[in-house]
Amino acid sequence: MSRARFASRVNWLAASNGEIQGARHSLHERMRHDHLITSKQFSRADIETVLDYAAEIDADPSAVADRHAGTLLGLLFFEPSTRTKMSFETAMKRLGGDVVDMGSIESSSVKKGETLADTVRVIEGYADALVLRHPKEGAATMASEFVDVPLVNAGDGAGQHPTQTMLDLYTIRENAGLDDLTIGIMGDLKYGRTVHSLAYALTNFDAHQHFISPESLQLPREVVYDLHQQDAPGIREHDSLEEVLPSLDVLYVTRIQRERFPDENEYQKVAGEYQIDSDTLEAASDDLTIMHPLPRVDEIAPEIDETEHAAYFEQAHNGVPVRMALLDLLLSDDKAIGGEGDE
Amino acid sequence: MSNDHDHHDGNDEHELRVSKIRDGTVIDHVRGGQALNVLAILGIDGSDGEEVSVGMNVPSDRLARKDIVKVEGRELSQDEVDVLSLIAPDATINIVRDFDVVEKHRVERPDVVDGVLSCPNAGCITTSGEPVTSRFAVLEDGVRCGYCGTIVREEIASLIDT
Repeated sequence: MSRARFASRVNWLAASNGEIQGARHSLHERMRHDHLITSKQFSRADIETVLDYAAEIDADPSAVADRHAGTLLGLLFFEPSTRTKMSFETAMKRLGGDVVDMGSIESSSVKKGETLADTVRVIEGYADALVLRHPKEGAATMASEFVDVPLVNAGDGAGQHPTQTMLDLYTIRENAGLDDLTIGIMGDLKYGRTVHSLAYALTNFDAHQHFISPESLQLPREVVYDLHQQDAPGIREHDSLEEVLPSLDVLYVTRIQRERFPDENEYQKVAGEYQIDSDTLEAASDDLTIMHPLPRVDEIAPEIDETEHAAYFEQAHNGVPVRMALLDLLLSDDKAIGGEGDE
Repeated sequence: MSNDHDHHDGNDEHELRVSKIRDGTVIDHVRGGQALNVLAILGIDGSDGEEVSVGMNVPSDRLARKDIVKVEGRELSQDEVDVLSLIAPDATINIVRDFDVVEKHRVERPDVVDGVLSCPNAGCITTSGEPVTSRFAVLEDGVRCGYCGTIVREEIASLIDT
């Protein structure tokens, strides 16, 4: 267990049980049967409550194993997904429930021209909650207006991916802590929804954020506008990792996609400048934590995987306890959520 | 009653005469060059035979150049006034009945505009054939799509869904 992870666990244990249950109860009251669309829905206290609950589940998953027996989660993935989809499925099954999966869009009515509004209204009749990934921005917001069951945004185009953000925050807290944090976020910041969600959530903490990308893939102005509206303590944009690397506690790397560039040469030139290998890391702090929402292609050299820096597989594993916590908060009718005597 | 809207009904026969209206609305102090966008917002293109007078780039004390739109037989709804405020924030609305201005008020910017504007983001769900009405939050210096979050600060009139 890393030092930061140990410290976070001790903090959690040190807080009074009553305080934890009270905060969780209050968050549950607000989240229950509601939609989860954007990381903007969460305050700092909300985030800490979710992360505490996820840590509790992580430590003892058996305590929540049967909480949602008979509950069905509808999976609607209009874009390919491995981690997000499988970790939602795992989370629901580990809570005692099951999933119904729309399958690929090639084999669904979407191929026949059905609107998203119609699709979600149909699947709502089959499931107790829906998880939606869709290539269009705002898809989850719109879909949520057509259904009564809780709808979870699992990625809407270049918009938001709030459950990924929760597992990212969980991983950051375990490895480096969320306050007094200096984080570099690098790669495709323009289209990267995990980046947009995470950057906003981090404004709840004392986090200095450095955004590193080629000019053509900088953060959308809308995201920058939101960060400034939040009075984020430090937001800086860079085109090179070099100048900020030594100061970073966490480096969050995202994939630069070929299809964002008009030609292969241009892609190769740009992508090469935002890759991490052991040479790159000579200038980094020994405690640097490297994260990646995955899948990676060649942004992070395999030689990094075995170093103390690599946290991306742990990050992917964290998707399960974090999504278990979120699903329980969304779906549970039980007022004693996560513990006894919680009133 | 002295009204800004009728002092250009000049006596000079060489000047284009813009007649007073009997019953309807005079939208005054529209930013110069925006009159046709005002008509677009109101869905007026002349094809229904409405009696409409437009003055463009008329000298004005308050604005260096202003446009004036007079529509006979039409009183504007609050929704229409709300959207007008986005492109004509200084406009005054005069409701005329029997040649007299019976109401005169400034436009106020609404918090939200439903419908009317369409999102310029090709990746937005509202432009994808879904049964959904556009919704924009009104910012101090622009509008923001309530679905995809796109902010538009310039040429808001170009978003008008005609």
